[in-house]
Amino acid sequence: MKHNPYRTEKIAFSLLFLATIVVLLPVILIIGIIVQKGWPAISWEFLTAMPEKGMREGGIFPAIVGTLFLVLGTLTFALPLGVMSAIFLVEYAKDNVLTRLVKLAIINLAGVPSVVYGLFGLGIFVMFLKFGASILAGSLTLAIMVLPIIITTTREALESVPQSFREVSLSLGVSKWQTIRYSVLPHALPGILTGIILAVSRAAGETAPILFTVAAFYLPKLPDSIFDQVMALPYHLYVISTQVPNVDPKVRYGTALVLLLIVLSMNFVAIVLRSKFRKKKKW
Amino acid sequence: MNLKSLKEQIIEKTIFLCGVTSVLFVVLIFIFLAKEGFALFKTVHPADFLTGRRWYPISDPPQFGILPLILGSLYVTFGATLISVPIGVASAVYISEIASSRVREVLKSGIELLAAIPSVVLGFIGITTLVPFMRNALNLPTGLTAFSGSLMLAFMAMPTIVSIAEDAITAVPKKYKEAALALGATHWQAIWRVVLRAASSGIVAAIMLGIGRVIGETMAVMMVTGNASRMPTSLFLPVRTLTATVAAEMGETVQGSAHYHALFAIGIVLFVITFIINLIADWAVHRKSK
Repeated sequence: MKHNPYRTEKIAFSLLFLATIVVLLPVILIIGIIVQKGWPAISWEFLTAMPEKGMREGGIFPAIVGTLFLVLGTLTFALPLGVMSAIFLVEYAKDNVLTRLVKLAIINLAGVPSVVYGLFGLGIFVMFLKFGASILAGSLTLAIMVLPIIITTTREALESVPQSFREVSLSLGVSKWQTIRYSVLPHALPGILTGIILAVSRAAGETAPILFTVAAFYLPKLPDSIFDQVMALPYHLYVISTQVPNVDPKVRYGTALVLLLIVLSMNFVAIVLRSKFRKKKKW
Repeated sequence: MNLKSLKEQIIEKTIFLCGVTSVLFVVLIFIFLAKEGFALFKTVHPADFLTGRRWYPISDPPQFGILPLILGSLYVTFGATLISVPIGVASAVYISEIASSRVREVLKSGIELLAAIPSVVLGFIGITTLVPFMRNALNLPTGLTAFSGSLMLAFMAMPTIVSIAEDAITAVPKKYKEAALALGATHWQAIWRVVLRAASSGIVAAIMLGIGRVIGETMAVMMVTGNASRMPTSLFLPVRTLTATVAAEMGETVQGSAHYHALFAIGIVLFVITFIINLIADWAVHRKSK
């Protein structure tokens, strides 16, 4: 049989297509399974009641609230730091060793395993600064973890604003900061927002960094201050699916569904926002 | 006017300070891991720590050899890499070279959603569906094995590999492919012999970052690999990884104990491994741009 390049191409393209299906099928399967088995568990009571009978029944209200607090805390620290950091890299940094070092540090922060962030948070915030296992310690740990996400997306957004916008503003005698504030940031805003949403969704879903810094195994009350421990959705799912025997599967799937809905809906918003931003761009 | 330039200066200094915090954090992470972790080496020799075959942290006397844990991580990573690299690169090629632009957007969004699924949710799905399936399909005493971990992790590495490899392939200048096509090559020949070679540095970076993701992954792997801290001999037996050991045991240690320090020392090992992997990936990317 003679070698036929067109047949080879057909086979190759079919295999590539198959590979893509293999990558994406689990997404559909996982979402499908969790929605199908978790949906019956979702009720107003499940979302707003305290857990009962050693978390085997009742609701997941404190875990939802805990995750909400952690996300807010994370944003408080990571948002200003991340955006300013990106402004530094795009608008101020010169091409020198320091800049190269900063970029390398960001790449490395993005690669540090999540459980190592947990250890770091335990070492510095819980023990050294004596915050104890608390919302404050957990939020700070998560904030450092999501920092690379905010910096990278903000950088992209700032870099996509044409240089001429800056030049026009500067040529009118406007100062550098005012140029950034009034001529660059407004145009980069949707891109920055996308990054923030992605960072929030990551913070909401992570378990390992909060294991030793904030998460409570079972705490059926709401926090009074930022020095309190809280329950959190991802850790709660871990606990009821591996540590507590005889939990009604419905409760497990319901918890997984709530967590998945929170995280995926934010990602979905981010995707839509970004594609609108790209379409709208006229320059 | 003076006030204004003062304000401007304060803002610039603040921005500069924020800009360099990333470096500060990397240094702080290392310092705090070292501070708690190096204390172990007063009583345990580093070589015994790295090559000891017994991890019995709570027996008396305790033994802190992490070789079984390192091998556990390697087994799982090896399996995951074997599965995710060919499939991930292949789908990157499909998305960047073959799919129409509309399909491409949909596929990329799908991959982003896969990346967004929290690892604890993947672990949960792993223990409820994959683990029982493995036990029955392969007739094993337990489905909590290194192989189950590899499968889970392969899917967690896929988004990293696909998106970075896809960027690398898209960045190859169009004229390379056009020249090959003009010489009579088929589209596939142009991809296989020209585009993939030109993108090889970026693909290497994608693979390295995927491996970094796999080695550092904690929750899913802890939930599906069975956590047996013995020397692994097969992909189809339970293993315990470095990350799972830290996550599972830190809650039970006494702060300041040798066990506590040993877990931080494992943190140092993980930090160093991922640091090196990221350096290699960064080097691969910059080699390309030259």
